[in-house]
Amino acid sequence: MRKYAIEVKGLRKTFGSQTVLNGLDLTVPAGTIYALLGPNGAGKTTLINILSTLVAPDEGSVRVAGYDVEKEKDGVKRSISLTGQFAAVDDILTAEENLRMICRLSGLSKEQSQVRSQQLLQQFDLTASARKRVKTFSGGMRRRLDLAISLVTSRSVVFLDEPTTGLDTISRRALWDIILGLRDQGITIFLTTQYLEEADQLADTIAVINDGRVVASGTPAELKSRIGGEVIELSDSKDQVIRTIPTYGNIHDVSRTLQELSHTLPKDTQVSIRKPSMDDVFLALTTKQEMKGAIS
Amino acid sequence: MNTSQPTIKSASLWVTNSVFIGRSLRHSIRNTEALIMAIMLPVMLMLLFTFVFGGAIDTSGNYVNYVVPGIILLCAGFGSSSTGVDVSNDMTNGIIERFRTMPIQAISVITGHVVASLVRNLLATGVVIAVALLVGFRPSANVLEWLGALGVIFLFILTFTWLFAAIGIVAGSPSAASGYGFILLFLPYLSSAFVPTDTMPSWLQGIADHQPITPVIETIRGLLTGTPLQQQGWIAICWCVGILLIAFLWSILAFRKRAGRR
Repeated sequence: MRKYAIEVKGLRKTFGSQTVLNGLDLTVPAGTIYALLGPNGAGKTTLINILSTLVAPDEGSVRVAGYDVEKEKDGVKRSISLTGQFAAVDDILTAEENLRMICRLSGLSKEQSQVRSQQLLQQFDLTASARKRVKTFSGGMRRRLDLAISLVTSRSVVFLDEPTTGLDTISRRALWDIILGLRDQGITIFLTTQYLEEADQLADTIAVINDGRVVASGTPAELKSRIGGEVIELSDSKDQVIRTIPTYGNIHDVSRTLQELSHTLPKDTQVSIRKPSMDDVFLALTTKQEMKGAIS
Repeated sequence: MNTSQPTIKSASLWVTNSVFIGRSLRHSIRNTEALIMAIMLPVMLMLLFTFVFGGAIDTSGNYVNYVVPGIILLCAGFGSSSTGVDVSNDMTNGIIERFRTMPIQAISVITGHVVASLVRNLLATGVVIAVALLVGFRPSANVLEWLGALGVIFLFILTFTWLFAAIGIVAGSPSAASGYGFILLFLPYLSSAFVPTDTMPSWLQGIADHQPITPVIETIRGLLTGTPLQQQGWIAICWCVGILLIAFLWSILAFRKRAGRR
């Protein structure tokens, strides 16, 4: 098996005068879950579009499953599946018809398509709704169908652009289990998400992009340790968090910080000290000013 | 599950096209409101023009023979325009990205809509002709002339369907596509569809005589009811083939250009 499923070097993309990707580098080890985090407009969707051959890069080398996304488009297309931000399913068709359509388009015979569709309906717990039009499906069911469609034939890389946006907690967790299951089969998953908890729970590697560049990457634990030791969280008497302050976690830094704060804040302010969360990491990496000082 | 996952082969162009045609035909059948509208509207218009306006426009009582070719075209134009909405629906939905990232010729999705539109509109044309015969339309055409007229109608539907497909590809949303389509649907009213062009003011007559709908209508009228054809047939075919080629190339270019943007 190839070591890296995705290799991107020096990727640039501009739309008109706007530079969306500005010398982006990343490598995704095969068979892992890679989560891309970034504020809106950071270039996440553009990156996925380039990786999935929809948009051509301006500069840089981009290889997916060993194929060049510009010169070997067909090789890439045979190796990937893309699940976009909005479930890419046909509303007017039934779940079963959707699956069979994609099976046929993937080169399966009518009989194979029939068999494969039934397997997937069962695997994704959609058998009971197989004959219902997708229009009547809930958000979670649509996403499950969407993923089932992505897996009609074996793909080595699956792209998920915000797979759980708009889902309730139960559907989200069900989807997480499915995604983890895919990784266990050796499929590489490249996902973008707005939910830091999602990246934290799922990803083997997280990359944070900002202004078209990867500003940090590593395991969730590595990223959290990068922003320093402990976070001081201050809440008012109604338990509302009023400030979070990253510190180096040593007694000197913590006590100095508290000392300064004690003059300016009300006496009933509650103090807690906790490990940094992905939210803290994200904020620290994507906002330019004050918090940057705390990144070691 | 991994072991049972078949590896991907590319579907042949034939399979790809037939899958997309099947998909669009299913869409047509399930979109009952649009289907009923596509058939009912022309029928209502025909009854309106024959029984309500007809007496005032042409007191000789033969107006039905004059107006039926116009109604057929109005119906075909209206029916084709829904292709713009169908195509735009696909282009603004995530599904197009799915098709584009599969190893297939993704533009076949448009071919599917075009073929479904042809089938829908030929059926609607059949209904319109049947109702016309019921309300007193008496064509004088022989079998060959009928075939010729149907051929011209077919070509007209194909042309307008591709044109609307191209509009659907470039339109920002289905309702925008529907709006652009609406403008084109005025063309039949500014032609010889409902009244002879020599009854119009001369500046308007210039427009009406030199737009594509008039020769197409005159050709169908000539073939079905024996009015003089002159060069109208060739002019009609040239208009249609010319627009068809432009629409076809336009849709291919626009389809490529729109990749990755919704």
